Amino acid sequence: MLNVGLITEGFVLDHIQAGTSLSLYYDLRLDKLDCCVAIIKNARSNKMGKKDILKVECDIDTLDLDVLGFIDHNITVNIIKGEEIVEKRELHLPKKIKNIIHCRNPRCITSVEQELDQIFLLTDEKTETYRCKYCEEKYKGQKGQRVRLRTHSR
Amino acid sequence: MQHLMSPLDLSVEELDKLLTLANDIESNPKKYAHACEGKKLATCFYEPSTRTRLSFEAAMLNLGGSVLGFSSADSSSAAKGESVSDTIRVISCYADICAMRHPKEGAPLVASEKSTIPVINAGDGGHQHPTQTLTDLLTIRSLKGRLDNLNIGLCGDLKFGRTVHSLIHALIRYPNINFTLISPEELRVPSYIREDVLRKNNVAFREVERLEEAMADLDILYMTRVQKERFFNEDDYVRMKDFYILNKKKMTLAKDDMIVMHPLPRVNEISVEVDDDPRAAYFRQAQYGVYVRMALILTLLEVEVC
Repeated sequence: MLNVGLITEGFVLDHIQAGTSLSLYYDLRLDKLDCCVAIIKNARSNKMGKKDILKVECDIDTLDLDVLGFIDHNITVNIIKGEEIVEKRELHLPKKIKNIIHCRNPRCITSVEQELDQIFLLTDEKTETYRCKYCEEKYKGQKGQRVRLRTHSR
Repeated sequence: MQHLMSPLDLSVEELDKLLTLANDIESNPKKYAHACEGKKLATCFYEPSTRTRLSFEAAMLNLGGSVLGFSSADSSSAAKGESVSDTIRVISCYADICAMRHPKEGAPLVASEKSTIPVINAGDGGHQHPTQTLTDLLTIRSLKGRLDNLNIGLCGDLKFGRTVHSLIHALIRYPNINFTLISPEELRVPSYIREDVLRKNNVAFREVERLEEAMADLDILYMTRVQKERFFNEDDYVRMKDFYILNKKKMTLAKDDMIVMHPLPRVNEISVEVDDDPRAAYFRQAQYGVYVRMALILTLLEVEVC
Protein backbone atom coordinates (compact mmCIF):
# COMPACT_ATOMS: atom_id res chain seq x y z
CA MET A 1 0.00 0.00 0.00
CA LEU A 2 1.34 3.36 -1.00
CA ASN A 3 1.19 5.97 1.71
CA VAL A 4 0.76 9.62 0.86
CA GLY A 5 0.93 12.03 3.75
CA LEU A 6 -2.09 13.85 5.10
CA ILE A 7 -2.73 17.38 4.02
CA THR A 8 -3.39 20.06 6.59
CA GLU A 9 -5.62 22.32 4.57
CA GLY A 10 -6.86 21.84 1.03
CA PHE A 11 -8.99 19.39 -0.89
CA VAL A 12 -8.98 15.84 -2.07
CA LEU A 13 -10.62 14.88 -5.32
CA ASP A 14 -11.70 11.29 -5.00
CA HIS A 15 -13.31 8.83 -7.40
CA ILE A 16 -11.57 10.24 -10.43
CA GLN A 17 -11.85 7.90 -13.38
CA ALA A 18 -8.62 5.86 -13.42
CA GLY A 19 -6.02 7.27 -15.75
CA THR A 20 -7.49 10.75 -16.09
CA SER A 21 -5.96 12.50 -13.08
CA LEU A 22 -3.08 14.01 -15.01
CA SER A 23 -5.43 15.55 -17.57
CA LEU A 24 -7.53 16.86 -14.73
CA TYR A 25 -4.41 18.31 -13.13
CA TYR A 26 -3.87 20.46 -16.21
CA ASP A 27 -7.57 21.18 -16.85
CA LEU A 28 -7.92 22.58 -13.34
CA ARG A 29 -4.72 24.54 -13.92
CA LEU A 30 -3.12 23.02 -10.85
CA ASP A 31 0.19 23.23 -12.69
CA LYS A 32 -0.05 27.00 -12.31
CA LEU A 33 -0.34 26.82 -8.53
CA ASP A 34 2.61 26.96 -6.21
CA CYS A 35 1.38 24.34 -3.76
CA CYS A 36 1.77 20.70 -2.89
CA VAL A 37 -0.16 18.33 -5.18
CA ALA A 38 -0.22 14.55 -4.99
CA ILE A 39 -1.45 12.59 -7.97
CA ILE A 40 -2.39 9.03 -7.16
CA LYS A 41 -3.06 6.76 -10.11
CA ASN A 42 -4.89 3.45 -10.17
CA ALA A 43 -5.68 3.29 -6.46
CA ARG A 44 -7.86 0.35 -5.43
CA SER A 45 -11.55 1.21 -5.14
CA ASN A 46 -14.48 -0.93 -4.02
CA LYS A 47 -16.83 1.23 -6.03
CA MET A 48 -14.82 1.67 -9.22
CA GLY A 49 -12.28 -1.15 -9.23
CA LYS A 50 -9.53 1.38 -9.60
CA LYS A 51 -9.55 5.12 -9.41
CA ASP A 52 -7.32 8.17 -9.36
CA ILE A 53 -7.06 10.65 -6.51
CA LEU A 54 -5.74 14.21 -6.42
CA LYS A 55 -4.65 15.76 -3.15
CA VAL A 56 -4.10 19.48 -3.28
CA GLU A 57 -2.83 21.58 -0.42
CA CYS A 58 -4.41 24.96 -1.12
CA ASP A 59 -7.61 26.90 -0.65
CA ILE A 60 -10.75 25.35 -2.13
CA ASP A 61 -11.61 28.69 -3.75
CA THR A 62 -8.81 28.13 -6.23
CA LEU A 63 -10.78 25.19 -7.61
CA ASP A 64 -13.22 25.90 -10.41
CA LEU A 65 -16.09 23.60 -9.49
CA ASP A 66 -17.88 24.37 -12.76
CA VAL A 67 -14.94 23.06 -14.75
CA LEU A 68 -14.76 20.03 -12.51
CA GLY A 69 -18.52 19.42 -12.73
CA PHE A 70 -18.34 19.68 -16.49
CA ILE A 71 -15.42 17.27 -16.77
CA ASP A 72 -16.80 14.66 -14.40
CA HIS A 73 -19.59 15.37 -11.95
CA ASN A 74 -19.11 11.97 -10.31
CA ILE A 75 -15.89 13.09 -8.65
CA THR A 76 -16.14 13.55 -4.88
CA VAL A 77 -14.69 16.77 -3.49
CA ASN A 78 -13.48 16.46 0.12
CA ILE A 79 -12.51 19.69 1.82
CA ILE A 80 -9.78 19.29 4.39
CA LYS A 81 -9.09 21.48 7.39
CA GLY A 82 -6.77 20.51 10.24
CA GLU A 83 -6.11 17.18 8.53
CA GLU A 84 -9.82 16.29 8.76
CA ILE A 85 -12.54 16.13 6.12
CA VAL A 86 -14.84 18.98 7.12
CA GLU A 87 -17.10 18.98 4.09
CA LYS A 88 -17.97 16.88 1.08
CA ARG A 89 -19.18 18.83 -1.90
CA GLU A 90 -21.37 17.32 -4.54
CA LEU A 91 -20.72 18.28 -8.10
CA HIS A 92 -23.40 19.05 -10.60
CA LEU A 93 -23.34 19.50 -14.31
CA PRO A 94 -23.15 23.28 -14.63
CA LYS A 95 -26.07 24.83 -16.53
CA LYS A 96 -23.70 27.19 -18.28
CA ILE A 97 -19.98 27.09 -18.86
CA LYS A 98 -18.01 30.08 -19.97
CA ASN A 99 -14.62 30.12 -21.66
CA ILE A 100 -13.90 26.50 -20.84
CA ILE A 101 -14.34 24.90 -24.22
CA HIS A 102 -14.32 26.22 -27.77
CA CYS A 103 -17.07 26.05 -30.32
CA ARG A 104 -15.58 24.18 -33.26
CA ASN A 105 -18.27 25.13 -35.74
CA PRO A 106 -16.50 27.18 -38.43
CA ARG A 107 -19.82 28.85 -39.25
CA CYS A 108 -20.31 30.11 -35.68
CA ILE A 109 -19.99 33.85 -35.04
CA THR A 110 -17.43 33.05 -32.31
CA SER A 111 -15.10 31.77 -35.02
CA VAL A 112 -14.69 35.28 -36.43
CA GLU A 113 -15.42 37.55 -33.48
CA GLN A 114 -12.90 36.17 -31.08
CA GLU A 115 -13.52 38.66 -28.29
CA LEU A 116 -16.85 36.95 -27.66
CA ASP A 117 -17.08 34.68 -24.65
CA GLN A 118 -17.33 31.01 -25.48
CA ILE A 119 -20.55 30.04 -23.75
CA PHE A 120 -22.07 26.57 -23.73
CA LEU A 121 -25.45 25.71 -22.23
CA LEU A 122 -26.56 22.39 -20.80
CA THR A 123 -29.47 21.49 -23.09
CA ASP A 124 -30.09 17.91 -22.00
CA GLU A 125 -29.07 16.82 -18.54
CA LYS A 126 -29.85 13.17 -19.18
CA THR A 127 -27.49 12.89 -22.12
CA GLU A 128 -25.11 15.53 -20.70
CA THR A 129 -25.40 17.54 -23.88
CA TYR A 130 -23.90 20.99 -24.10
CA ARG A 131 -24.57 23.30 -27.01
CA CYS A 132 -22.94 26.53 -28.06
CA LYS A 133 -25.16 29.41 -26.96
CA TYR A 134 -24.80 31.12 -30.33
CA CYS A 135 -24.92 28.47 -33.03
CA GLU A 136 -26.33 25.59 -30.90
CA GLU A 137 -23.63 23.24 -32.17
CA LYS A 138 -23.30 20.25 -29.88
CA TYR A 139 -20.05 19.88 -27.94
CA LYS A 140 -18.63 16.59 -29.12
CA GLY A 141 -15.92 16.05 -26.53
CA GLN A 142 -16.21 12.87 -24.56
CA LYS A 143 -16.54 12.68 -20.81
CA GLY A 144 -13.41 11.56 -19.02
CA GLN A 145 -11.23 12.74 -21.86
CA ARG A 146 -9.28 15.88 -21.55
CA VAL A 147 -11.40 18.89 -22.44
CA ARG A 148 -9.97 21.33 -24.91
CA LEU A 149 -9.70 24.32 -22.67
CA ARG A 150 -9.16 27.80 -23.87
CA THR A 151 -5.63 28.95 -23.34
CA HIS A 152 -6.82 31.87 -21.28
CA SER A 153 -9.95 32.77 -19.37
CA ARG A 154 -11.71 36.05 -18.87
CA MET B 1 -37.97 44.44 -25.06
CA GLN B 2 -38.46 41.33 -27.15
CA HIS B 3 -36.29 39.98 -29.94
CA LEU B 4 -36.93 37.11 -32.31
CA MET B 5 -34.04 34.69 -32.73
CA SER B 6 -35.86 31.40 -33.21
CA PRO B 7 -39.46 30.49 -34.01
CA LEU B 8 -39.54 28.75 -30.64
CA ASP B 9 -39.02 32.08 -28.88
CA LEU B 10 -42.79 32.43 -29.25
CA SER B 11 -45.10 30.23 -27.22
CA VAL B 12 -47.97 28.53 -29.03
CA GLU B 13 -50.30 31.19 -27.60
CA GLU B 14 -48.05 34.07 -28.70
CA LEU B 15 -47.74 32.51 -32.10
CA ASP B 16 -51.47 32.11 -32.39
CA LYS B 17 -51.92 35.79 -31.52
CA LEU B 18 -49.30 36.81 -34.09
CA LEU B 19 -50.87 34.74 -36.86
CA THR B 20 -54.32 36.10 -36.02
CA LEU B 21 -52.92 39.61 -36.27
CA ALA B 22 -51.35 38.73 -39.65
CA ASN B 23 -54.71 37.47 -40.90
CA ASP B 24 -56.37 40.69 -39.73
CA ILE B 25 -53.72 42.67 -41.64
CA GLU B 26 -54.50 40.58 -44.71
CA SER B 27 -58.21 41.32 -44.37
CA ASN B 28 -57.89 45.01 -43.42
CA PRO B 29 -54.63 46.38 -44.85
CA LYS B 30 -55.83 50.00 -44.68
CA LYS B 31 -56.35 49.75 -40.94
CA TYR B 32 -52.60 49.24 -40.53
CA ALA B 33 -51.35 51.58 -43.25
CA HIS B 34 -50.14 54.24 -40.80
CA ALA B 35 -49.46 52.06 -37.76
CA CYS B 36 -45.69 52.60 -37.87
CA GLU B 37 -45.54 56.17 -39.11
CA GLY B 38 -42.35 57.80 -37.90
CA LYS B 39 -40.72 54.43 -37.15
CA LYS B 40 -37.66 53.11 -38.96
CA LEU B 41 -36.63 49.56 -39.76
CA ALA B 42 -32.93 48.90 -40.27
CA THR B 43 -32.24 45.98 -42.59
CA CYS B 44 -28.69 44.85 -41.79
CA PHE B 45 -27.94 42.21 -44.38
CA TYR B 46 -24.36 40.96 -44.23
CA GLU B 47 -25.06 38.61 -47.13
CA PRO B 48 -27.32 39.08 -50.12
CA SER B 49 -30.92 37.98 -49.76
CA THR B 50 -33.07 40.15 -51.93
CA ARG B 51 -36.26 38.28 -51.21
CA THR B 52 -36.17 38.38 -47.41
CA ARG B 53 -34.87 41.94 -47.34
CA LEU B 54 -37.55 43.20 -49.72
CA SER B 55 -40.21 41.33 -47.78
CA PHE B 56 -39.12 43.11 -44.59
CA GLU B 57 -38.94 46.44 -46.36
CA ALA B 58 -42.37 45.95 -47.96
CA ALA B 59 -43.76 45.04 -44.54
CA MET B 60 -42.47 48.23 -42.93
CA LEU B 61 -43.54 50.41 -45.86
CA ASN B 62 -47.03 48.86 -45.74
CA LEU B 63 -47.18 49.94 -42.10
CA GLY B 64 -46.31 53.52 -43.00
CA GLY B 65 -42.79 53.31 -41.62
CA SER B 66 -39.49 53.83 -43.39
CA VAL B 67 -36.43 51.68 -43.98
CA LEU B 68 -32.67 52.07 -44.06
CA GLY B 69 -29.83 49.59 -44.13
CA PHE B 70 -27.27 47.75 -46.15
CA SER B 71 -27.51 44.68 -48.32
CA SER B 72 -24.05 43.15 -48.14
CA ALA B 73 -21.13 43.10 -45.74
CA ASP B 74 -19.01 44.88 -48.36
CA SER B 75 -21.17 47.97 -48.11
CA SER B 76 -21.13 48.04 -44.30
CA SER B 77 -18.53 48.74 -41.64
CA ALA B 78 -18.03 45.00 -41.33
CA ALA B 79 -15.71 45.36 -44.32
CA LYS B 80 -13.55 47.56 -42.09
CA GLY B 81 -13.61 44.95 -39.37
CA GLU B 82 -16.34 46.32 -37.14
CA SER B 83 -17.90 43.77 -34.82
CA VAL B 84 -21.59 42.91 -34.86
CA SER B 85 -21.85 44.24 -31.30
CA ASP B 86 -20.50 47.64 -32.30
CA THR B 87 -22.62 47.81 -35.44
CA ILE B 88 -25.86 47.16 -33.57
CA ARG B 89 -25.01 49.75 -30.91
CA VAL B 90 -24.74 52.31 -33.69
CA ILE B 91 -27.80 51.07 -35.59
CA SER B 92 -29.77 51.34 -32.32
CA CYS B 93 -29.20 55.10 -32.52
CA TYR B 94 -30.64 55.29 -36.02
CA ALA B 95 -33.61 52.92 -36.12
CA ASP B 96 -36.47 51.57 -34.00
CA ILE B 97 -36.16 47.93 -35.01
CA CYS B 98 -33.58 45.85 -36.87
CA ALA B 99 -33.79 42.82 -39.15
CA MET B 100 -30.39 41.17 -39.40
CA ARG B 101 -29.11 38.54 -41.78
CA HIS B 102 -25.59 37.25 -41.27
CA PRO B 103 -23.66 34.32 -42.73
CA LYS B 104 -22.31 33.41 -39.29
CA GLU B 105 -24.55 31.44 -36.99
CA GLY B 106 -25.53 33.25 -33.81
CA ALA B 107 -24.62 36.74 -35.06
CA PRO B 108 -28.14 38.14 -34.54
CA LEU B 109 -28.10 36.74 -30.99
CA VAL B 110 -24.85 38.59 -30.33
CA ALA B 111 -26.53 41.73 -31.70
CA SER B 112 -29.62 41.26 -29.54
CA GLU B 113 -27.47 41.15 -26.40
CA LYS B 114 -26.08 44.64 -27.08
CA SER B 115 -29.04 46.20 -28.83
CA THR B 116 -31.42 48.76 -27.38
CA ILE B 117 -33.96 48.08 -30.15
CA PRO B 118 -35.72 44.79 -31.03
CA VAL B 119 -33.63 42.57 -33.29
CA ILE B 120 -35.18 40.07 -35.69
CA ASN B 121 -33.05 37.23 -36.95
CA ALA B 122 -33.54 37.35 -40.72
CA GLY B 123 -31.38 34.25 -41.20
CA ASP B 124 -28.04 33.29 -39.69
CA GLY B 125 -26.12 30.85 -41.87
CA GLY B 126 -27.59 27.37 -41.74
CA HIS B 127 -28.93 27.94 -38.26
CA GLN B 128 -32.27 29.77 -37.94
CA HIS B 129 -34.59 31.70 -40.20
CA PRO B 130 -37.57 32.31 -37.93
CA THR B 131 -39.56 34.63 -40.17
CA GLN B 132 -39.56 31.97 -42.89
CA THR B 133 -41.03 29.55 -40.36
CA LEU B 134 -43.64 32.12 -39.32
CA THR B 135 -44.44 32.58 -43.01
CA ASP B 136 -44.86 28.83 -43.43
CA LEU B 137 -47.08 28.54 -40.37
CA LEU B 138 -49.27 31.43 -41.49
CA THR B 139 -49.58 29.90 -44.96
CA ILE B 140 -50.55 26.51 -43.55
CA ARG B 141 -53.02 27.95 -41.06
CA SER B 142 -54.58 30.26 -43.63
CA LEU B 143 -54.90 27.70 -46.42
CA LYS B 144 -55.57 24.54 -44.41
CA GLY B 145 -57.41 26.19 -41.52
CA ARG B 146 -55.34 24.44 -38.85
CA LEU B 147 -51.86 23.64 -37.61
CA ASP B 148 -52.75 20.23 -36.18
CA ASN B 149 -53.86 16.94 -37.74
CA LEU B 150 -51.71 17.30 -40.82
CA ASN B 151 -49.71 14.98 -43.05
CA ILE B 152 -46.73 16.98 -44.19
CA GLY B 153 -44.24 15.91 -46.82
CA LEU B 154 -40.84 17.59 -46.73
CA CYS B 155 -38.94 17.05 -49.93
CA GLY B 156 -35.45 17.77 -51.23
CA ASP B 157 -32.48 18.92 -49.22
CA LEU B 158 -33.47 17.91 -45.72
CA LYS B 159 -29.88 17.80 -44.48
CA PHE B 160 -28.80 21.40 -44.96
CA GLY B 161 -32.22 23.03 -45.32
CA ARG B 162 -32.69 25.12 -42.20
CA THR B 163 -36.27 26.04 -43.19
CA VAL B 164 -37.21 22.39 -42.96
CA HIS B 165 -35.53 21.94 -39.57
CA SER B 166 -37.20 25.05 -38.17
CA LEU B 167 -40.59 24.00 -39.53
CA ILE B 168 -40.27 20.57 -37.91
CA HIS B 169 -39.39 22.20 -34.57
CA ALA B 170 -42.35 24.54 -34.83
CA LEU B 171 -44.93 21.97 -35.93
CA ILE B 172 -44.19 19.26 -33.38
CA ARG B 173 -45.81 21.51 -30.78
CA TYR B 174 -49.19 20.72 -32.38
CA PRO B 175 -51.06 17.41 -32.01
CA ASN B 176 -51.25 14.69 -34.61
CA ILE B 177 -48.62 15.86 -37.05
CA ASN B 178 -47.23 13.23 -39.41
CA PHE B 179 -44.10 13.89 -41.40
CA THR B 180 -43.00 12.16 -44.57
CA LEU B 181 -39.36 12.95 -45.19
CA ILE B 182 -38.60 12.63 -48.89
CA SER B 183 -34.94 12.92 -49.82
CA PRO B 184 -31.98 11.15 -51.37
CA GLU B 185 -29.84 9.18 -48.95
CA GLU B 186 -27.16 11.90 -49.01
CA LEU B 187 -29.56 14.65 -48.01
CA ARG B 188 -31.62 12.97 -45.27
CA VAL B 189 -32.46 14.94 -42.14
CA PRO B 190 -29.56 15.07 -39.68
CA SER B 191 -29.66 12.44 -36.96
CA TYR B 192 -30.27 15.00 -34.24
CA ILE B 193 -33.57 15.96 -35.90
CA ARG B 194 -34.53 12.33 -36.30
CA GLU B 195 -33.51 11.24 -32.80
CA ASP B 196 -33.61 14.30 -30.54
CA VAL B 197 -36.60 16.02 -32.08
CA LEU B 198 -38.89 13.54 -33.82
CA ARG B 199 -38.34 10.30 -31.90
CA LYS B 200 -37.90 12.03 -28.55
CA ASN B 201 -41.25 13.78 -28.95
CA ASN B 202 -43.00 10.69 -30.32
CA VAL B 203 -43.77 12.41 -33.60
CA ALA B 204 -44.84 10.08 -36.38
CA PHE B 205 -42.58 10.16 -39.41
CA ARG B 206 -41.35 8.00 -42.25
CA GLU B 207 -38.46 8.45 -44.63
CA VAL B 208 -38.84 7.67 -48.32
CA GLU B 209 -36.70 8.24 -51.38
CA ARG B 210 -39.33 8.58 -54.08
CA LEU B 211 -41.70 11.53 -54.21
CA GLU B 212 -44.36 9.36 -55.88
CA GLU B 213 -44.49 7.04 -52.86
CA ALA B 214 -45.63 9.86 -50.62
CA MET B 215 -47.88 12.07 -52.72
CA ALA B 216 -51.27 10.41 -52.15
CA ASP B 217 -51.33 10.85 -48.36
CA LEU B 218 -50.12 14.41 -48.07
CA ASP B 219 -52.03 17.49 -46.95
CA ILE B 220 -48.97 19.63 -47.60
CA LEU B 221 -45.95 19.08 -49.82
CA TYR B 222 -43.08 21.34 -48.83
CA MET B 223 -40.46 21.42 -51.56
CA THR B 224 -36.95 22.73 -51.01
CA ARG B 225 -34.11 23.77 -53.23
CA VAL B 226 -30.87 21.88 -53.23
CA GLN B 227 -28.74 24.86 -52.31
CA LYS B 228 -25.50 25.21 -54.19
CA GLU B 229 -23.92 27.29 -51.44
CA ARG B 230 -24.28 24.43 -48.93
CA PHE B 231 -21.97 22.18 -50.92
CA PHE B 232 -18.21 22.24 -50.76
CA ASN B 233 -17.98 20.25 -53.94
CA GLU B 234 -19.73 21.40 -57.11
CA ASP B 235 -19.83 17.88 -58.58
CA ASP B 236 -21.96 16.73 -55.63
CA TYR B 237 -24.32 19.62 -56.22
CA VAL B 238 -24.70 18.91 -59.93
CA ARG B 239 -25.26 15.20 -59.25
CA MET B 240 -28.07 15.79 -56.75
CA LYS B 241 -29.90 18.93 -57.75
CA ASP B 242 -32.31 17.27 -60.18
CA PHE B 243 -33.30 14.38 -57.92
CA TYR B 244 -36.76 15.61 -57.11
CA ILE B 245 -38.67 17.59 -59.63
CA LEU B 246 -42.37 18.15 -59.06
CA ASN B 247 -44.33 18.17 -62.31
CA LYS B 248 -47.93 17.89 -63.48
CA LYS B 249 -47.74 14.12 -63.70
CA LYS B 250 -46.71 13.76 -60.07
CA MET B 251 -49.41 16.25 -59.05
CA THR B 252 -52.07 13.86 -60.40
CA LEU B 253 -51.19 11.53 -57.51
CA ALA B 254 -51.98 14.17 -54.89
CA LYS B 255 -55.20 15.00 -53.07
CA ASP B 256 -57.37 17.76 -54.53
CA ASP B 257 -56.89 19.92 -51.46
CA MET B 258 -53.17 19.33 -50.97
CA ILE B 259 -51.04 22.47 -51.09
CA VAL B 260 -47.53 22.79 -52.46
CA MET B 261 -45.21 25.12 -50.57
CA HIS B 262 -41.66 26.28 -51.25
CA PRO B 263 -39.55 28.86 -49.43
CA LEU B 264 -38.32 30.17 -52.81
CA PRO B 265 -36.30 30.85 -54.83
CA ARG B 266 -36.86 27.66 -56.78
CA VAL B 267 -34.43 26.48 -59.37
CA ASN B 268 -36.05 23.60 -61.20
CA GLU B 269 -37.45 21.43 -58.42
CA ILE B 270 -40.98 22.59 -59.27
CA SER B 271 -41.73 22.61 -62.96
CA VAL B 272 -43.33 25.88 -64.12
CA GLU B 273 -46.27 23.85 -65.45
CA VAL B 274 -47.33 23.36 -61.81
CA ASP B 275 -47.60 27.11 -61.19
CA ASP B 276 -51.15 27.34 -62.55
CA ASP B 277 -52.37 24.42 -60.47
CA PRO B 278 -54.67 25.81 -57.73
CA ARG B 279 -52.76 23.69 -55.23
CA ALA B 280 -49.53 25.60 -55.90
CA ALA B 281 -49.30 27.88 -52.87
CA TYR B 282 -45.71 29.10 -53.07
CA PHE B 283 -46.38 32.55 -54.46
CA ARG B 284 -49.20 33.10 -51.97
CA GLN B 285 -46.70 31.96 -49.35
CA ALA B 286 -44.45 34.89 -50.31
CA GLN B 287 -47.41 37.24 -49.80
CA TYR B 288 -48.09 35.71 -46.38
CA GLY B 289 -44.45 36.40 -45.60
CA VAL B 290 -45.13 40.12 -45.84
CA TYR B 291 -48.23 39.89 -43.63
CA VAL B 292 -46.46 37.92 -40.94
CA ARG B 293 -43.48 40.30 -40.95
CA MET B 294 -45.91 43.20 -40.59
CA ALA B 295 -47.50 41.45 -37.62
CA LEU B 296 -44.07 40.77 -36.15
CA ILE B 297 -42.91 44.38 -36.50
CA LEU B 298 -46.11 45.59 -34.81
CA THR B 299 -45.73 43.05 -32.03
CA LEU B 300 -42.06 43.76 -31.31
CA LEU B 301 -42.61 47.51 -31.45
CA GLU B 302 -45.63 47.04 -29.19
CA VAL B 303 -47.80 49.04 -31.55
CA GLU B 304 -51.50 48.43 -31.03
CA VAL B 305 -53.99 49.26 -33.75
CA CYS B 306 -57.60 49.67 -32.72
